[in-house]
Amino acid sequence: MVNLIIDGKNVSVEEGTTVLAAAQKYGIDIPTLCFLKDINEVGDCRMCVVEIEGRRGFAASCIEKVQEGMIVKTHTPEVLEARKMMLDLILSNHHKDCLTCIRDGNCELQNLAKKFGIKKINYEGSMNEHEIDDKSPSIVRDFNKCVLCRRCAATCKNVQDIGAISSAGRGFESCISTAYNCSLNDVDCTLCGQCIESCPTGALHEKENIDDVWKALNDEDKYVVVQTAPAVRVALGEEFGMEIGTNVAGKMVTALKEIGFDKVFDTNTGADLTIMEEANEFIERLQNGGALPMITSCSPGWVRFAEKNYPENLPHLSSCKSPHQMFGAIVKSYYAEKFNIPREKICMVSIMPCIAKKYESSREEMEVDGVRDVDYVLTTRELARMIKQANIDFASLADDKFDDPMGEASGAGAIFGTTGGVMEAAIRTAVDTLEGKSIDKIAYTEVRGEKQIKEATLNVAGTEVKIAVASGLANARKIMEQIKNGTCPYHFVEIMACPGGCVMGGGQPIKSSKIRATVDVAGLRKAAIYSIDEKSTIRKSHENPVMTKLYEEFLEKPGSHVAHKYLHTSYSAKPKYELGK
Amino acid sequence: MKTIEEINQIREAKRKELDLRVNTGLDSREKHILVCRGTGCTSSKSPKIIEELRRIIEEKNIPNVRVIQTGCFGLCSKGPIVIVRPEETFYSHVKVEDCEAIVDAVANGTKVDRLLAKDIDGSVVERLNDLTFYKKQKRIALQNCGVIDPEEIDEYIAFDGYKALSKVLTEMTPDSVIEEISNSGLRGRGGAGFPMGKKWAFVKMAQGDQKYVVCNADEGDPGAFMDRSILEGDPHCILEAMTIAGFSVGANQGYIYVRAEYPIAVQRLKIAINQAREYGLLGENILGTDFSFDIDIRLGAGAFVCGEETALLESIEGKRGQPRIKPPYPANVGLYGKPTLINNVETYANVTKIILNGAEWYASIGTETSKGTKVFALGGNVVNVGLVEVPMGTTLREIVFDIGGGIPNGRQFKAAQTGGPSGGCIPAEHLDTPIDYESLAKIGSMMGSGGLIVMDDSKCMVDIAKFYLDFTVSESCGKCTPCRIGTKRMHEILTKICEGNGTIEDVEKLDVLANGIKKTAICGLGQSAPNPVLSTLKYFRDEYVEHVSEQKCRAGSCKALANIVIDPEKCKGCGLCKRNCPVNAITGEIKQPHVIDQSICIKCGTCVDKCPFKAISK
Repeated sequence: MVNLIIDGKNVSVEEGTTVLAAAQKYGIDIPTLCFLKDINEVGDCRMCVVEIEGRRGFAASCIEKVQEGMIVKTHTPEVLEARKMMLDLILSNHHKDCLTCIRDGNCELQNLAKKFGIKKINYEGSMNEHEIDDKSPSIVRDFNKCVLCRRCAATCKNVQDIGAISSAGRGFESCISTAYNCSLNDVDCTLCGQCIESCPTGALHEKENIDDVWKALNDEDKYVVVQTAPAVRVALGEEFGMEIGTNVAGKMVTALKEIGFDKVFDTNTGADLTIMEEANEFIERLQNGGALPMITSCSPGWVRFAEKNYPENLPHLSSCKSPHQMFGAIVKSYYAEKFNIPREKICMVSIMPCIAKKYESSREEMEVDGVRDVDYVLTTRELARMIKQANIDFASLADDKFDDPMGEASGAGAIFGTTGGVMEAAIRTAVDTLEGKSIDKIAYTEVRGEKQIKEATLNVAGTEVKIAVASGLANARKIMEQIKNGTCPYHFVEIMACPGGCVMGGGQPIKSSKIRATVDVAGLRKAAIYSIDEKSTIRKSHENPVMTKLYEEFLEKPGSHVAHKYLHTSYSAKPKYELGK
Repeated sequence: MKTIEEINQIREAKRKELDLRVNTGLDSREKHILVCRGTGCTSSKSPKIIEELRRIIEEKNIPNVRVIQTGCFGLCSKGPIVIVRPEETFYSHVKVEDCEAIVDAVANGTKVDRLLAKDIDGSVVERLNDLTFYKKQKRIALQNCGVIDPEEIDEYIAFDGYKALSKVLTEMTPDSVIEEISNSGLRGRGGAGFPMGKKWAFVKMAQGDQKYVVCNADEGDPGAFMDRSILEGDPHCILEAMTIAGFSVGANQGYIYVRAEYPIAVQRLKIAINQAREYGLLGENILGTDFSFDIDIRLGAGAFVCGEETALLESIEGKRGQPRIKPPYPANVGLYGKPTLINNVETYANVTKIILNGAEWYASIGTETSKGTKVFALGGNVVNVGLVEVPMGTTLREIVFDIGGGIPNGRQFKAAQTGGPSGGCIPAEHLDTPIDYESLAKIGSMMGSGGLIVMDDSKCMVDIAKFYLDFTVSESCGKCTPCRIGTKRMHEILTKICEGNGTIEDVEKLDVLANGIKKTAICGLGQSAPNPVLSTLKYFRDEYVEHVSEQKCRAGSCKALANIVIDPEKCKGCGLCKRNCPVNAITGEIKQPHVIDQSICIKCGTCVDKCPFKAISK
């Protein structure tokens, strides 16, 4: 243990601890901006400077390691002046259009300015002007709001192992850029949106489709159906001040009905459908010598990654569309027919924890007979904004239920929202199918938890099945490399682009650096998801009566010709960079 | 691959042959015509001069005369320089057309009087060492520059080259080498002046399966060319020192990170490395011992910040040149995460001499805390522009006036700038400051790598501060807030003041900002970037105040503030100003006082310079 004094307090922490962490441990708050625990610890912004006795200049507490006998002062008048100066300088080169900024009210820079009582900018001067990149269907990059904290670049490189964005240029002109400053749409960006989650300001955000949806809702000719992904319900409440990990499914349904959607369905039901098809596809591959391991394909960021980086491995991807795409296709066919609604009148809106879903729904493969599976994708954050725009007092809403006949879902569908969930759901169905009976084991805890790559060997009807679960593209890359060089031992692999799975998707409520450093956001959201599963009466997808009916009335059986037409897709190699586009 | 014995034989034989290079009194039948092939003289056609000299010698079939290319002689303002040995005859400003006369004179044992260099007082100087420029100098780092052909390893060997390495490998242990370096008191010549013995010991003590030795040759200060000249004039002394360093700290690989803008230095380093490898002085089992060490070159792509040691390491690794957070220091976590010794060129250039002459000898030169000599690139408003090497403790006045020959054109000394963009401006009142690390820091400047720019009274100190900030702004890597935005804002405020739009609040703001940046920036570049502003604010604050309160630039260099007027009392009406005005702003009849139309005048100052009666002032 190292002993030091911070603001007169005797502090004792483990060797290697930073001054910032040591202070935090003893309840001393030091402001930060570029700091993102474990991801971006670089000391660039100099907001967290402190005075260390015997030092000439100030030290950045986020990177300064504690030393025995160190005497640290975190808020001397000089330190506060220095922090104010840093803030002043950053603001002097920042578009200060806070009122119209997407991050108004949830901006770390704005909060700091408020905290330090910045009333006027002392060091006004020239500002950099950058074009806004809004070419991709998912993400907008407004460099005029960038504070050069590099949290996005560090996330892209250190967490996702992509490096689509990094530092370029020098001095005042330095910026975060892509290869040849192309649009994110045209480079190796997977559109996972983890950079948005890391951005302290409004420099990175989702491409909004709120207005499109309002327009559809106000169009009398449209029959607007909404579906909500499993991970949305456990995070949406945060946007209304509720605790992280609160399940607000009931209030969410009520709000969606108040907003005016004609039907409110559950993507969890779509997830059950995905399991029906995916479990069947896996058994087919296992028994008939198909490409193994089979890898799940619900995560569009992951699919884009595979298409851009490992075209030779594409046969390993399940041909199943993701749950919301399957669900969209079914609503616009089976449901439309059954209730006699012209399919072209149906507008399918998906509320997703993901920004890559916006890209996915725009893929040309995602339609049947010229009708798009999904028309608009909104993120959890956008839904929250819509609810606020509709002036709905979310917290005081009563609970409601998803609409029939597509509202019933199993616990297996619910756990799609977390890493390991798709695998667990698929295994529940595949095991029953292979064993030819209902197996009592429900929870496959081997594939739950925080490990980067989780693996297990199951004995199913006398066959050894090796499975693995990976989340985060850095881990996806490891699996893909194994496949490429023939050393991959698995039969079935689940991959999610975002570390932790959909609960931590790029469309989820943004948490400040401080919250991320001190609260297990993923753990709380996941716990809420597993709790939904535990409370479900039906916990296996194939036992969901909606599925039974759907196959009886429309799809015949998993993997049938009809099922393929509506529920399956294909992949193709995509150039990593499309320069000059 | 040569043995120590064979190297010794080469040394003995070659040294006899080259004795005339250093032994002035020698009665030698052979004559060596030495021509400077440093960057300065090369750009004023010294290669052509060499070619021409050789052609004429061959054509006239003159025996016993050799033409040798050498590194820099130091007195760059007199280039191209040609020296004839052993007489040490010093020819300055030599042109290709002068070659025949020089060859004839050498053949006849005479001198070309019209080409002989003139000293500060105008007297003709016959021999190099008679020049006042050299009198107070002591050449240790530059010892071989201007003496040997840098592209001939045997010439280097002749002058005790690779003798220190032989000694180290056969008679010394890593610890005894480090002790010697430590006792010599040698400090880093890159700027901060860290004690070398300590640094080497840190790297030796650091745990690591692989260690590296790096030479920082990314000399970037505007006006500095010390390291370039050493590399151009004596590349082997750096290779030898790095090899000794490798032996001492336990490294077997070295890298020289050199600016791509130094093509001659790069070329000579390449030649030197190949020659050293051929002789077995680099590579496996050096000189037949079990010590192996090799050196590779890495080119810098023109970023000033890559001269900062950790940014340099990043750059060698192929990453963006940005400083790393220290600690950990490179001694523990350096290149590719391995313990790394990194020193600049001039520091290494002292090593072989310390090994050969002993720590005591080296420590006897210089001051109490700063031992040895320091090389300066003397430039700006000074008569003798060039490269000088002086013992530490020499005063600024001695360098500027005795060695540098003072201020030309009858102007007054105003300030000297040391340490490049990281240093400060030193006013006349501190001219007697002895040059050493502590004294320079005390007066708000720094040793830096050795740039020394002299400024006369025609220089505006606000404008000078702006000039240096301009450099820092474009060379900042952009990593930390204070350097990225703060230096830009300082530059903007300085521009505002120079353009006559500044207020007294701006001057105060500048002061606060400069001090803030100094305390918060990550690396040396950012922390020292405000120094030119802080030192000028300290010593020349009245000039700032004049700019903002009186709208006046006393040096007349801030155009927006200049108001050029003709004194009707002094004007004789000669019309010279009128004829030379590029924008026809001057009117007046012959023999009548002339007048400048201020609405047309562009304040170029041509009329001021042209007026024979000093009737026009800014």
